[in-house]
Amino acid sequence: MTSSAIQVAHLSKQYRIGEQVEKYQTFREAVSRLWKAPIRRLRRGREERRTIWALQDVTFEVERGQVLGVIGRNGAGKSTLLKILSRVTDPTGGEVRLNGRVGSLLEVGTGFHPELTGRENISLNGAILGMKRGEIERKFDEIVEFAGVETFIDTPVKRYSSGMYLRLAFAVAAHLEPEILVVDEVLAVGDAEFQRKCLGKMDDVARQGRTVLFVSHNMSAILQLTQETILLEAGRLTQRGPSAAVVDNYLAAGFAQSGERVWTEAEIGPQAGLFHPLGLRLRDRNGRIVDTLRSTEPATIEIAYRLDRPVNALRIGIYLATLRGELIITSFDTDDPDLYQRFAARPAGSYISRCTIPADLLNEGRYVIGVNASSFRIQRYFQDERALAFNVDPTGAPGMHWPEQRLGMIRPRLDWKIEPYAAD
Amino acid sequence: MTVSQSLAPVKTETLVIRPARGWSALNLRDLWVYRELVYFLIWRDVKVRYKQTALGAAWAILQPLLQMIVFTLLFGNLAQLDSDGAPYPIFAYTALLPWGLFSKALADAGRSLVLNRTMITKVYFPRLIIPIASVISGLVDFAIAFVVLLGLMVYFGVRPTPAVWTLPFFVLLALISALGAGLWLSALNVIYRDVGYTIPFLTQFWFFLTPIVYSSQEVSGTWQWLYALNPMVGVVDGFRWALLGTDSAPGTMAAISAGIAILVLISGLFYFRRMERTFADQV
Repeated sequence: MTSSAIQVAHLSKQYRIGEQVEKYQTFREAVSRLWKAPIRRLRRGREERRTIWALQDVTFEVERGQVLGVIGRNGAGKSTLLKILSRVTDPTGGEVRLNGRVGSLLEVGTGFHPELTGRENISLNGAILGMKRGEIERKFDEIVEFAGVETFIDTPVKRYSSGMYLRLAFAVAAHLEPEILVVDEVLAVGDAEFQRKCLGKMDDVARQGRTVLFVSHNMSAILQLTQETILLEAGRLTQRGPSAAVVDNYLAAGFAQSGERVWTEAEIGPQAGLFHPLGLRLRDRNGRIVDTLRSTEPATIEIAYRLDRPVNALRIGIYLATLRGELIITSFDTDDPDLYQRFAARPAGSYISRCTIPADLLNEGRYVIGVNASSFRIQRYFQDERALAFNVDPTGAPGMHWPEQRLGMIRPRLDWKIEPYAAD
Repeated sequence: MTVSQSLAPVKTETLVIRPARGWSALNLRDLWVYRELVYFLIWRDVKVRYKQTALGAAWAILQPLLQMIVFTLLFGNLAQLDSDGAPYPIFAYTALLPWGLFSKALADAGRSLVLNRTMITKVYFPRLIIPIASVISGLVDFAIAFVVLLGLMVYFGVRPTPAVWTLPFFVLLALISALGAGLWLSALNVIYRDVGYTIPFLTQFWFFLTPIVYSSQEVSGTWQWLYALNPMVGVVDGFRWALLGTDSAPGTMAAISAGIAILVLISGLFYFRRMERTFADQV
């Protein structure tokens, strides 16, 4: 017996490109493919190029009781790794040994039904996550309290605010007690207060001596929760070491310095389907593509994309975050009600969504722009939380006459007044 | 520090994940471990089914009842179809009851995987649970509609035959038939969404290939053997025989029906198991 909880050996996963892109095949296609099968076999070489390796020869072990972080860019294979470990999908090659009961959290609220009450959804979701009925009943009060939804527990969750919904969903998941926990970035939901609560809960889990595999884009969370981290790049494990070193390495490398970002086929991933990102650019006041902004000048973020088919309710979002992953702004191109109405359906074609970052907003430092394209509550086409990094130069910003580092992420020019004060 | 029970020596089970190829074992033990999930999914289906409807569970009664009235007017009165000596309304209803169970179970099972795709792509559990739960949840509607049958029998003065105790077997046969076909259809529907569109047509054809508006006695000669390949023939004949005492006692034909149903079920199980490995990537 070894003391490892997770042993991954030469793990590989191959996806056929188009498997998810076309969403589904039709009988007619299948029949015609059958017909063409002999010809296709002759052209095998061409066929093989239409596959991608989401994971290639990944080998690592996780000791019992260890919390291991997994980081990497989009399309690096993190999600695929989690899906294999949680048995959602089969590997193409290699082997995984899991010594102990596994619980996985790839998403919170799986199987939640809007018509059911909070109480009913706790039972259902618990069962889906693999809890026994007695276990759910025992933890019921704790879950409700953690979520803070006592008063609404017998209300259908479709009447919940999105915050309440997420809190309840996370609360159920957080009370799962497996020996091995596999967690995707479920912490990136909810308000700051709730995120803190979630991180605290994760910390508890780790302290209880359970094994955790934790995937996140939030470098602060990775540093806080893990001692060791592995880095995945293009499906391969390229580094394993103390979290601080791996995170630094990851942050230092790989960012486009040019103020422009384009994506390769593998990075876009098969799930994008009809949405095809063409590029993300950062422009200064004069329209030049830059990688350093002046804090005192407005700037423009633009994302160009192509829709292969008409898309309903599409929204293109940008996330502005610090280098360590703390989110500052989330904004969507159809936030404005008028634009939302006008672009309820977007015909196929190429588009550019553009927004202005006002002057006097960001403090000195290095920031990251993330991109997201989705139809709300329907489908996510594309997401890259770390698409492009840029610097902010503070020259001329408020308070520059004091040569000290100004704390905080934003540095707005507040309207100060100093007046005589007559106390009477 | 809370380093308590979790460090206690636990009998750890080792789970090995490997690429599987070809046909695999059914692994029904896994299904047993997850039996509570089956229960919860059925419970969810039943709870949600008639939410936000004004009539609620009355729909379970209204559907077969209205069908019965239409068929009685159309086929009983107008077309004067033979009803084996029983009053036509009850003749139709005894068939509509198992047919409703079967067709609903088939339709629900066929679409079940696609409807539950978020679960399939995010959590592991034996995928078989989903179609099984949707088939079984049809039993609730069946039970409600059955009460109406009792009322009809009292009204028409029909006394059940001594063979009424065999009814559960025919219900089981209907469920087996629906699950077998449902497994094939649901797995195919993941890859080819065309299947979802063909299910309504399929059930419509199947409806007329089953002795619901007419009596199976009308089918004669060599056709009978072909006819018996439809497991629902055995089910409907069995229902009428057990409840109304019609001359359709289960014999060789019913045995063929049952055999076919079991064959479809077993092949469906294996096909499903083979396909389920890629459900998450394809659904």
